[in-house]
Amino acid sequence: MLEVKDLHVTVEGSEILKGLTLSIQPGEVHAIMGPNGAGKSTLSAVIAGKDGYEVTAGTITFEGRDVLEMEIEERAQAGLLLGFQYPVEIPGVKNIYLLKAALNAQREARGEGEIPAPEFMKLIKEKVSFMKMDNSFLQRAVNEGFSGGEKKRNEILQMLVLQPKLAMLDEIDSGLDIDAMKVVAEGVNSLRSEDRGILLVTHYQRLLDYIVPDHVHVLVDGRIVKSGNADLARELESRGYDWVVEESAA
Amino acid sequence: MASQEMEQLVRREYKEGFVTDIESDTIPPGLDEDTIAFISNKKGEPAWMLEWRLDAYRQWLKMTPPSWAHLDYPPIDYQAISYFSAPKREEDKPQSLDEVDPKLLETYEKLGIPLHERAALAGVAVDAVFDSVSVTTTFKDKLAEAGVIFCSISEAIRDYPELVKQYLGTVVPTSDNYFAALNSAVFTDGSFVFVPEGVTCPMELSTYFRINAANTGQFERTLIVCEKKAQVSYLEGCTAPMRDENQLHAAVVELVALEDASIKYSTVQNWYPGDEDGKGGIYNFVTKRGDCRGDRSHISWTQVETGSAITWKYPSCVLRGKDSIGEFYSVAVTNGRQQADTGTKMIHLGEGSKSTIVSKGISAGRSNQSYRGLVKVGPRAKGARNFTQCDSLLIGDTCGAHTFPYQEIGNSTATVEHEATTSKIGEDQLFYCQSRGISEEDAVNMIVNGFCKDVFQELPMEFAVEAEALLNVTLEGAVG
Repeated sequence: MLEVKDLHVTVEGSEILKGLTLSIQPGEVHAIMGPNGAGKSTLSAVIAGKDGYEVTAGTITFEGRDVLEMEIEERAQAGLLLGFQYPVEIPGVKNIYLLKAALNAQREARGEGEIPAPEFMKLIKEKVSFMKMDNSFLQRAVNEGFSGGEKKRNEILQMLVLQPKLAMLDEIDSGLDIDAMKVVAEGVNSLRSEDRGILLVTHYQRLLDYIVPDHVHVLVDGRIVKSGNADLARELESRGYDWVVEESAA
Repeated sequence: MASQEMEQLVRREYKEGFVTDIESDTIPPGLDEDTIAFISNKKGEPAWMLEWRLDAYRQWLKMTPPSWAHLDYPPIDYQAISYFSAPKREEDKPQSLDEVDPKLLETYEKLGIPLHERAALAGVAVDAVFDSVSVTTTFKDKLAEAGVIFCSISEAIRDYPELVKQYLGTVVPTSDNYFAALNSAVFTDGSFVFVPEGVTCPMELSTYFRINAANTGQFERTLIVCEKKAQVSYLEGCTAPMRDENQLHAAVVELVALEDASIKYSTVQNWYPGDEDGKGGIYNFVTKRGDCRGDRSHISWTQVETGSAITWKYPSCVLRGKDSIGEFYSVAVTNGRQQADTGTKMIHLGEGSKSTIVSKGISAGRSNQSYRGLVKVGPRAKGARNFTQCDSLLIGDTCGAHTFPYQEIGNSTATVEHEATTSKIGEDQLFYCQSRGISEEDAVNMIVNGFCKDVFQELPMEFAVEAEALLNVTLEGAVG
């Protein structure tokens, strides 16, 4: 469903991605790992359409559509959704309001009508309780005063409500204690289905104990230098990244 | 002084000078004592009123326009303005919506204004469209039953002269400032509200409901009096852009709250801001002041200002009564070439008086906006408290926001807090919303409305919903 071919991306004049190629099929969970500064977050940001990233070469297609030609909101409406490492605060805007606006924008793009209020409330309450969150959370302003764990749960909650075709999660495990990580992982696992792809970006293997990926890719210096299955992640955990870096340089 | 003599003199002058003009409904541009006498006579006013006007006019002549505001506009030629024109006759008005500017109608559509109201707002002849009489009659009956007086200021001067005489100009004296003096001399329209002791007005009063209120006066004069333990909520203006040919507006609003009385005054102002270069927009120079005259009285100003080319406006409270409360909640939005210098004054005179100021300024386009606020605590205002929060939000790189807070504290037991922030609408916030599938425009609206939430929740429910829609329309095209 997602095809990234020979992607080159420049940020403020320096090349971060240097020919990245990646293919994700429905039903697959991919994990991108790599040392700091390898360009992991850049990949998901470019796919989502964040400003300030210049694609100098290569292509990204999603279900046959040229992603780079699409507006940010069109990408989300097409089913590409990014969970942020550092979600921003939006003072005065209630969580529930953002969720409803986002859901309705996506429904509208699909030619469906607005979701009826009772149906929406039912859906939301179910997902909130699944994420072990309190209902009062919906009435708070988006991410305002949220703890790190609450912010991450909120990102997953949005995924559960919006049901993307491809969920991209950028360092969703950073700053989480073990209990919060379990809840987040459970949320992500519940998203697994044969028609959905999941792309995890993570620095640590720890998360992958809870969300077992089908494919693991090691990103070093803007390129995927090694791919494998979940065993590769475990190997990285015990041996670190240096050996892969050396192997790729050789 | 021999005021009666003067009155007679003036009235005689009128008789002599205006006999021929009496047939005409509009007088030629220009302002002198004859003009004022003409207006007063047209309104059928008593002699004391004319004298009051002339006194204001003579003071105005000695004054100069204020230059301290952060505003830039060419000098106004006061002799080029026509100070009285009778309402348009029905047959001169557009006869149906088909004759109205489609762009205006498009805006009404976006604001979700009901069809029959659109026609009235666009100045379509009323009897050609709908019959408002039944609504208004029920409304009037209900008020009369409660003992509330709600009428135009002209009617009040004729029908309740003693009340008007007792309160008019006691909050905003004729010589208060340049524009207030001008207004006092030439005002032609406005509202009068009187809520007697112990009465809670049974409904929210709106200028919109008042008969003959369709034509906004150029120099409006509004006086609201709440006797002991009386309460009223008053809504001024309308979210729809008002059609208006007058460029200069100089209104005066006076509120008087006696012991334990409470007045809530909400404004939504959406006058024509001018074209892209700011040409043709309304100049809005307003003096609004509330007098918390009685102990434990409460006056609250809430305003949403989105229109006008130039706004000069500082709704204020004089907190005279012991434990009286003054509030100011404001959202001001400027886009295009709009300029706004707005804020409030809280004058603490009474012991234990409290005030709250929440000001939210949003600047977009090439607009410029200033918050100007004064908190003054007099020597007898023991334990007075003020809290001020003043936030500015910038959209884009070509607009400006400025904050001018002034504090004069004459009592060491007073507590005054001031918080101010200026932020740019965050690229990160926009990206976050858009990456959820929300369009850029909707995202901006969402963020801006969130920013204004503290103020919107002070508005009466119905107004709040309209205000949100209005903000969205005002900021259309502000990004991207």
